[in-house]
Amino acid sequence: MPESQASETEVLEANWRRKVDRSTKWPVVAFIASGTFWLLVGSVFAIIASLKFNMPDWLVQQGWLTFGRVRPAHLNTVIYGWISMTGVGVATWLWARLLKTELRGRWLLMGSVVLWNIGMTIGTIGILAGYSRSIEWVEMPLAAFAFIVPAMAMVTAAFLITLRHRRVHHLFISVWYTGAAMIWGPFLVIAFLLPIYSGVPESMANWWFAHNILGLWITPIGIAAAYYLIPKVLGRPVYSYHLSYLGFWTLALFYNWAGVHHLVGGPVPQWSETVSIVFSMMMIIPVVVVAVNHHLTVVGHFKKLIYSPTLRFVVFGAMSYTAVSLQGSFQSLRFWQEVTHFTHYVVGHAHLGVYAFATMILFGAVYYIMPRIMDWEWESPRLISIHFWTVGLGIGMYVTALTIGGTIQGFQLLDADVAFLQIVEDLKPWLWARSVGGTLMVIGHFVFAYLLYRIIRRSGVAQTGPTYFRPAPEGMFGSRAADVKASLEERPGL
Amino acid sequence: MTRALLIFMGAFAAILMSFTALALVPSLQLAAIEPTEGTRNYTFEERMGKQIYMRDGCMYCHTQQVRPDGFGSDMDRGWGPRGSLPGDYVYDDTHQLGTMRTGPDLHDIATRQPSRDWQLAHLYQPRSVSPGSVMPAYPYLFEVKNEDEVLASEVTVPIGGEYAPPEGQVVVATEEALWLYEYLMTLELREQEE
Repeated sequence: MPESQASETEVLEANWRRKVDRSTKWPVVAFIASGTFWLLVGSVFAIIASLKFNMPDWLVQQGWLTFGRVRPAHLNTVIYGWISMTGVGVATWLWARLLKTELRGRWLLMGSVVLWNIGMTIGTIGILAGYSRSIEWVEMPLAAFAFIVPAMAMVTAAFLITLRHRRVHHLFISVWYTGAAMIWGPFLVIAFLLPIYSGVPESMANWWFAHNILGLWITPIGIAAAYYLIPKVLGRPVYSYHLSYLGFWTLALFYNWAGVHHLVGGPVPQWSETVSIVFSMMMIIPVVVVAVNHHLTVVGHFKKLIYSPTLRFVVFGAMSYTAVSLQGSFQSLRFWQEVTHFTHYVVGHAHLGVYAFATMILFGAVYYIMPRIMDWEWESPRLISIHFWTVGLGIGMYVTALTIGGTIQGFQLLDADVAFLQIVEDLKPWLWARSVGGTLMVIGHFVFAYLLYRIIRRSGVAQTGPTYFRPAPEGMFGSRAADVKASLEERPGL
Repeated sequence: MTRALLIFMGAFAAILMSFTALALVPSLQLAAIEPTEGTRNYTFEERMGKQIYMRDGCMYCHTQQVRPDGFGSDMDRGWGPRGSLPGDYVYDDTHQLGTMRTGPDLHDIATRQPSRDWQLAHLYQPRSVSPGSVMPAYPYLFEVKNEDEVLASEVTVPIGGEYAPPEGQVVVATEEALWLYEYLMTLELREQEE
């Protein structure tokens, strides 16, 4: 085959990919920008809630800033605002790119952003105003979900329409994860909002739901992004395609049974606890499969983390996924739960999952996606570096403090000779450390939001090459135009 | 389409199974659960009090589930005469089992601390009765009034020490604080006869 012909195909492919990327522009920008707005709102709630442990008489004069309202406001804004909306933005871009077709249903998606933001506004104000439903993970009043559920359904509809127009035969594993998430997510919310639960069965449905929002809505989007971005940035194929199938089906079959482990030792039927513990342990299979697959893709190329912001955030997230999932499996065991359940250890675990895994991968994905749809580079590698180190150190400190403090709290709770107020006293330094770590993370979020604002406005000086932390050696990543050569989706079946 | 259909229908089938087993079936079985001895439906005031409990998110620091004997130290701590049972919750439209014990379990608080003065003082300013507590104060559930303006029907709350109101003033419980107290007093576990 003459060389000129090959390069002509490459140019055509690159042009088409650019066209596909740009077709996603406004919905993706709208979802990511909205998500980031809710990240900032949620971060402010987070820091208020954390400081209230340190200063319990601070901001108590009115009900709307009391701890028990600010905390659910934090959770709902970061889960349904930040993670979900940014996650949909990332998933939308991945979906079009991997199906190699222009995004369809763009108006559905734009409509979805509007409804979603209205729902989030109602929900957040509703909680603060005293309309919290006090059901963990769905505290927002039903009026909020009346907007968010249709918004989620519209996203799924747009994805299905785009799927019908796909120009690939083979569906890359990220498509599996993303598509499944678009089915699981809306189903979970609708199923749990049915007005059929009360008492103890409600608590079971509650944790079936909350655990699955993590595992079947947030996690698959995170894994899908990692599966695409790690090989893409490295210019290497995924280590094993067969392993990725195994990982998907084991996740799909095992994860959704695990949630009731949140009620071990509680007034729920023994069989449900046992089932949940067994499936939690079985989750080791999909987790190890994904970990092996990602690790063997990266191995030998770790020095590239010095240069690529996307890679650094995503690999941080992928490693945290392994850590948090293995931790999760083992802490479902009764002897472990007896100590850690009801303590701040669990809060540390939750943030290791939602933050160190999911949020870090979303940051990495946004760093990859935005230049491609805006045709503009990130303004400052230095600020990206500050973002990475503030949130990286912040979450490290946060999780470490709560894991140690929570474990001490757990052992003290088991010893009836330790007075309760003594336990409260001993926990205080760890809660301060949490506030310090949290503050670092919040600083990072504002830096990230600033960078995002600048790239959407296309501010700063025009640059030609991609943004790296420092100039990458010649040929390490290939130029953007030449990334056709090593790209993964050109080799279906790999 | 077939391949995509297979993947996504498979994913849907997987979640439908656990939904049925963990959410639907237990709810259908609820009809068979009898209330435990001493468990009765809420009065209007108690129900309003539960609304306050939920509105202000007490659940984020207090559980309402006593662990059974042999699992944890709840009973040694005097948090209840027995582990909590499904029948304790049959009148809870919204469960408040909770997942965190920054504060102690409350499922048997009515037995442990029935004093209205103590409960109201603790809500007004936790550190006035529990030094070192990190529980938020809830001054907005109370009014600080001049002594001579207090009506006979109002409930005053004795607060001493550094948190006492200024000379000549007293702390008066609002309706909401009293409702919340009424609700807390429904949280009582009794030994069950076999």
